Amino acid sequence: MQIPAPFDYVRAASVGDALALLERHGPESRVVAGGHSLLPMMKLRLARPEWLIDINGLAELDFVTEEIDRLSIGALTRHTTLLESALVGRLFPIVHDAERVIADPVVRNRGTIGGSLCQADPAEDLSTVCDVLRASVVIVGPGGEREVDMADFHRGPYESACEQSEMVTEIRLPIVARSGSAYEKVERRVGDWAVAASGASVTLAEDGTVADACIGLTALGMEGVATAAAQSLIGRQPTEEAFVEAGRLAAEASHPTDDQRGPVDYKRHLADELTRRVLRLATQRAGQSARTGSGS
Amino acid sequence: MQITATVNGSEVVRDVEPRVLLVHYLREVLGLTGTHWGCDTSNCGTCVVLLDGQPVKSCTVLAAMVDGHEVRTVEGLADGATLDPVQQGFMEEHGLQCGFCTPGMMLTARALLDKNPHPDEGEIREAISGQICRCTGYATIVRSIQWAAAHPATAAVDGTAETVGAQA
Repeated sequence: MQIPAPFDYVRAASVGDALALLERHGPESRVVAGGHSLLPMMKLRLARPEWLIDINGLAELDFVTEEIDRLSIGALTRHTTLLESALVGRLFPIVHDAERVIADPVVRNRGTIGGSLCQADPAEDLSTVCDVLRASVVIVGPGGEREVDMADFHRGPYESACEQSEMVTEIRLPIVARSGSAYEKVERRVGDWAVAASGASVTLAEDGTVADACIGLTALGMEGVATAAAQSLIGRQPTEEAFVEAGRLAAEASHPTDDQRGPVDYKRHLADELTRRVLRLATQRAGQSARTGSGS
Repeated sequence: MQITATVNGSEVVRDVEPRVLLVHYLREVLGLTGTHWGCDTSNCGTCVVLLDGQPVKSCTVLAAMVDGHEVRTVEGLADGATLDPVQQGFMEEHGLQCGFCTPGMMLTARALLDKNPHPDEGEIREAISGQICRCTGYATIVRSIQWAAAHPATAAVDGTAETVGAQA
């Protein structure tokens, strides 16, 4: 029977209260939201916080709001909420692509976007999604509020810029005209971690060439985004030839490891193939966005 | 710590250690052993219960987290002697073999039909995709849920008829 080590539990009444509790209880206190990363680690005694600060009651952190140039998502927004949001699907189809294959429908009822990003698992899908959308993360702490780009938010596997005394409150996705995005993952079965996945966003110029692109890989041993692969597309027509080149460069930039989910050559093949697929789909969606004047 | 929750329609107040998981709270504190305890890793789904109407894996929820919330277990499906259409469907279409996954499957089915009374086969398969039947009886489970969707008239609307269990 897997039972966490003993801890004390307290419910936060507000964000300010949660921060005060983190300060009061110090380094051995942790914020818990959906709990589907932290509780399994506590059950295995890989994590042994002395205090759990439950933020599930903070309805003010559960929102999806469209603003002029961005979509703001509260940190406590559940995966299911994101998947069921037509607004999210219209503006950022990559989020729905990913959410459909994150864990399983029951787990998605509990897990949150803020928790996923803070867990920073190398095989976690939303980190890649936020990377390629050039999202920023709002972190609050004793010193006030700061907004951190995903590039700076990532500190490596299981590490983020969110310090012990701080918490993530919001994720901001910039809305860019004439843009499209897509995500595809290969997994052994529903609910398993990715064997490999790729995500891309593409912005088209008026003349149909690629004005901007960003490519991210999941579970492929790469920190951050595949810069060279994305750069190879800029200024070019989004042709199959260009996607093949970008796929090859993305595979070159990956550093997969041989494990129970597959050998290195297979994973590198996936990096290549999945990158081509998401580029095709993201470009098609960018074309639709350019015609309708919406989306990203 | 003291927690107050509505379990199968009745308010229950209990003192529990913060580290007690919901599945063990239901089984050991309330005696509601219909909720099964399986993989312990939020993979198998036999421990699924409804939390405020939504299926959750109770091995990965703290009992403390349901304070002030509503929990519905398999014991709360039937309305007195009248089975929920989902339960009736599992009988009609032989939806269980060993029965271990059945409580979780039925609760997920109930939540699905509450939200989408006419799911197609793909939607049913997606809804139960986080739950494992080691008898591999998925075809009959899907048919059982389809039976329930086709026979909603006998639905136990709020599942409040059951008591919370032997020790309550």
